[in-house]
Amino acid sequence: MDKISTIRSRTVVMPASNIDTDQIIPARFLTTTTRDGLGQQLFADWRYAPDGTAQADFILNQPSAAGCQVLVAGRNFGCGSSREHAPWALLDYGIRAVISTEIADIFRSNSLKNGLLPIVVDESTSRWLLENPGTEVQIDLASTTVQLATGLSVTFPIDPFARYCLLNGIDEMGFLLQQQERIAGYEARHQDN
Amino acid sequence: MPKTMFQKVWEQHEVAPETADTPAVLFIDLHLIHEVTTPQAFEVLRRRGLAVRRRDLTLATMDHSTPTRTEQVFGGVPITTTAAGRQVQQLERNCAAAGIELLDMHSDLRGIVHIIGPELGLTRPGRTIVCGDSHTSTHGAFGALAFGIGTTEVGHVFATQCLLQRKPRTFAINVNQKLRPGVTAKDLVLAIIGQIGVEGGTGHVLEYRGEGIRALNMDERMTVCNMSIEAGARAGMIAPDETTFGYLADRPRSPSGAAWERAVERWRALTTDPGASFDREHTLDAALLEPMISYGTHPGMVIPVNGTVPNRHGDPVFDKALAYMGFSAGQALRDQPVNVVFIGSCTNGRLADLRGAAQLLRGRKIAGNVRMLVVPGSQQVKAAAEAEGLDRIFIDAGADWRESGCSMCIGMNGDTVARGEYSVSTSNRNFEGRQGAGARTLLASPLTAAASAIRGRVTDPRELL
Repeated sequence: MDKISTIRSRTVVMPASNIDTDQIIPARFLTTTTRDGLGQQLFADWRYAPDGTAQADFILNQPSAAGCQVLVAGRNFGCGSSREHAPWALLDYGIRAVISTEIADIFRSNSLKNGLLPIVVDESTSRWLLENPGTEVQIDLASTTVQLATGLSVTFPIDPFARYCLLNGIDEMGFLLQQQERIAGYEARHQDN
Repeated sequence: MPKTMFQKVWEQHEVAPETADTPAVLFIDLHLIHEVTTPQAFEVLRRRGLAVRRRDLTLATMDHSTPTRTEQVFGGVPITTTAAGRQVQQLERNCAAAGIELLDMHSDLRGIVHIIGPELGLTRPGRTIVCGDSHTSTHGAFGALAFGIGTTEVGHVFATQCLLQRKPRTFAINVNQKLRPGVTAKDLVLAIIGQIGVEGGTGHVLEYRGEGIRALNMDERMTVCNMSIEAGARAGMIAPDETTFGYLADRPRSPSGAAWERAVERWRALTTDPGASFDREHTLDAALLEPMISYGTHPGMVIPVNGTVPNRHGDPVFDKALAYMGFSAGQALRDQPVNVVFIGSCTNGRLADLRGAAQLLRGRKIAGNVRMLVVPGSQQVKAAAEAEGLDRIFIDAGADWRESGCSMCIGMNGDTVARGEYSVSTSNRNFEGRQGAGARTLLASPLTAAASAIRGRVTDPRELL
């Protein structure tokens, strides 16, 4: 996994609350056996009309969205299924961070494991970001801050271990594999139910 | 110090406790897998030269992408789409190479992953159970700690039988009194989600408690725990009791003899200690509940079946949801015409659910405007239903009786609802497009679904009981 330190980008804004994983990547695309190319189908049912043409009024089809790496969304982003295809699709499309007041548990965990930053901010910061689409933000993982164009800098919570892994470009599998001896010891004494 | 059931199960599975710098290393007793969320995890194993550490704690089934038409399952007719077919074949190859037991298309033990674990006796109190599927919360009905994981984590469990986890907080849902006739476990959990919200449980493990929960049978308890994720919760749990032990006794892979006696003794000790405290609590009265139905595009948007769609003056997200559904604020859903009725899924695809629906459909016909699918949750549920003659009741009423699978809950296998159609569905999600692009889903109980099929309109099942 690539190291992540800072992300500097304009934002694309989707103000709806409860944007679920079925919107991020509809289930009919989950028959894939790889993780590649899912960006094509990101938000497919909002992005494309039934005949496959682009929905001009959808935010990702507007010129202002081109090149944006930070998605600002309403509360409870990523709710629903455990499909890791959701962060895969966002990353493949070019989104590297999602900012919301609340991010669903499994989506957050899946995002951290793939280098997509799930960033939870307070209500007033969120409101400002939702009201100022296209603003430039700078996310700094080392200091866990989001710097706004106003000069305001807000901190965001992130699990210290996930942060360490992301900053150093290492994945959790390596850490778990180092625990093999402890795991074997546990297995020897564990009373299965 | 008194402990909650969650705390006890968590502590019993700590290979290493969490610290400020590192999450806990948590041991997993049972890893259930299916075709959709595993191919990329097997690929990681191959790339890194790793083996599955505990094949004996891993069980595979196929459910999401699989056909439900008998001639497609058993007649050699090609599977719905080539991509789905490839995914199923990939699971067969991956399981064979890794030495994992697979309940394949021709196994009479196959079924939806959350239905087969319990019916085999693999889902047990005090176990940690994971699966690359958010409805893994179902297994918490037995007092297991069970939660959905992503594909990267599926790879972690393959290689180490462990997960790195931060300890969630606890949330008691106290259910006073019992449900009234015609009001089911599905109505109870829809009401709970409506009350605490679709993000109400985020970061928490729910424990459902109280007289209203104790009175439920295991099929009903599974319906409740199944939808914990729809409240955003990490997991949902119910304390094991005589109902639990009665269900598990003599299951094919339950402990037996002296091992059974010892297990029951351990299981009894798992329940939340008197005086243990929860981070949050919510209390409701089951006797006050009505049959519930969803009107919007997430499972928190629910009303009593005889209620009216609320008004959230000018909330654009709310209005967009109503526009998608073709509803307006203040409208009654009762008598709303219905195109499709689906009975099945890991939420309501068990024998108790089919019995409930059959009770209403016996000797009746579904309305001419309705297409009805009844999809048992597993091949064992199917066989048990057929032994009781339930299949005849459904077929005689005009419904399609299918082989088991996730089917129209997620529509990956071609069982879908057409654009703009209304579906009264016993499944778990009414998200936009969940049952097919443009489909409009009304979540309800098997009783409400069956009653609505008979009338061809949204119907309070108590009128037909």
